[in-house]
Amino acid sequence: MAEHIISLKGVTKEFDTKNGKVVALKDINLDIERGDAYGIIGLSGAGKSTLVRTINLLEEPTEGKVIFDGNVLTGLKSKQLNLQRRKISMIFQQFNLLMQRDAIGNICFPLELAGVPKAKAQEKARELLKVVDLEDRAHSYPSQLSGGQKQRVAIARALASDPEVILCDEATSALDPKTTRSILQLLRQINEERGITLVVITHEMGVIKQLCNKVAVIENGEIVERGDVNTVFTKPQTRAARKLFFPESEEIETTEGRTATKNRLRLVFDETTAYKPIIANMILETGTPVNLLYANMDALLDEQKGQMVICLSDKKEEAERQKAYLIKEGVNFTEIPEDSDYYDYPLHGFREEVTE
Amino acid sequence: MEMNELVSLLARETVSTLYMTFLGTLIAYIIGLPIGVSLIVTAPNGIKPNGPYYAVMGFIVNVIRSVPFLILMIALLPYIRIVIGTSLGPNAITAALVVAAAPFIARLVESSLMEVDPGVVEAAQAMGASTLQIIWKVLLPEGKPSLLNGAAVATINVLSYSAMAGTVGGGGLGDIAIRYGMYRFQPTVMWITIAVLVVLVQIMQEVGIRIVKKSDNRIK
Repeated sequence: MAEHIISLKGVTKEFDTKNGKVVALKDINLDIERGDAYGIIGLSGAGKSTLVRTINLLEEPTEGKVIFDGNVLTGLKSKQLNLQRRKISMIFQQFNLLMQRDAIGNICFPLELAGVPKAKAQEKARELLKVVDLEDRAHSYPSQLSGGQKQRVAIARALASDPEVILCDEATSALDPKTTRSILQLLRQINEERGITLVVITHEMGVIKQLCNKVAVIENGEIVERGDVNTVFTKPQTRAARKLFFPESEEIETTEGRTATKNRLRLVFDETTAYKPIIANMILETGTPVNLLYANMDALLDEQKGQMVICLSDKKEEAERQKAYLIKEGVNFTEIPEDSDYYDYPLHGFREEVTE
Repeated sequence: MEMNELVSLLARETVSTLYMTFLGTLIAYIIGLPIGVSLIVTAPNGIKPNGPYYAVMGFIVNVIRSVPFLILMIALLPYIRIVIGTSLGPNAITAALVVAAAPFIARLVESSLMEVDPGVVEAAQAMGASTLQIIWKVLLPEGKPSLLNGAAVATINVLSYSAMAGTVGGGGLGDIAIRYGMYRFQPTVMWITIAVLVVLVQIMQEVGIRIVKKSDNRIK
């Protein structure tokens, strides 16, 4: 058994268009471990869909190798490739169900392709309908199902071939928030209970937070940041990552119009600090006011995480005392350089003057 | 002409027309359907692109389609005599109908299959479906309602071709219209013949629509 279920080695993809060559992926190197729920996040046009489609070679890389479970997929004859593809299922934003087949017929489809006898396929499809909680809709056609139900059928279809991996290409982007949550829950359950590796393509941070243990941030065809969701979320190193994590701040790109540009700190609260009234205590202890510029609390998988941007006192001495207090309380923080163009401190939205 | 004589003549020639129409359409489908499928599969954005095949087959289809049926039939009859032994009667005309209708049907099939959601084809590819499996299990079943609709159009088209065949002694309802209506100055007979053709077309269209509705699971 290979250590990595999926490895991309130097994968580059170029498209020929009327306006010349477009490089969609530049020298992508990516290793995904068995059992991971690996998120790939990026804004539209970043290349994330192309990336996931190279994994099962729906998109053939211009250069580089795709290795699945120790087998090099790139360069395989179509017969061999098709055999490997049966172990890599895929679900899509638009569900892509066969409109002329009912739910159970759709779930049987991959089994038919693999030559499984009809009775056996039907039996398995019925079991899978139970897994996705759609037992009563076995003979409904896709046109009679809601978006969430269609995606459940698609998930059952993806499970039918007992895959090692399920690729999820914006699987919840066409669904409302409530349905999205239930689909993500189902996927998480599949990942945890069956140990099926997930590769999750999305432009929504919420999907990563609810489903993934690892994440790669992709921008302009390159992976600019990657790691544990925890680490990347609490300490984003790149502008691209910050931009994705603070989507509400997109309008303010320059320092112009900001009320405070000096002495700013970006605080990160983790499990141990998220529940304490740190800022209030800091004000009481140091006797110095703090300007609160941005604050946000979030659940990451099941952990509480918080982010905050504050403005310290103008006086150096007081500011040092405030920092000392934060260090004592074990709060992670980074100083935001003066007038910097970095993307960590949205100023609109939640803003509040804290005084004694 | 006596009434019962006319009725029996119309009945006989209607059967002959239907024979030519249905047999011709059937054989034309046996040829045209695979050609239409092959055009979709080998198109530049198809599942197995093949530039030269697509270009050559597309050209042949266009050439045959650009010749008016009457002229095509007259041009073909000497060759038909060599192949099936006669250039007269329903069988000879059926052969001409097949040649004329097959390319038309190929294009109908092509445009029907173009309507199949490319996302579904892609999903099948991702599941490891072979080209043949995609054709049999995705393209044809998913395109079925549109294909059946096309079949109704094609059948009616072949019916009108077969009526034209009357001018060259092909038999059928067109033959009656020409012989009695034109050469023997009996416009009533011609109008009755036309009425029979109208009824046939109506029935075919209506049956076609019903079959399409019944077979389409998208609107249930």
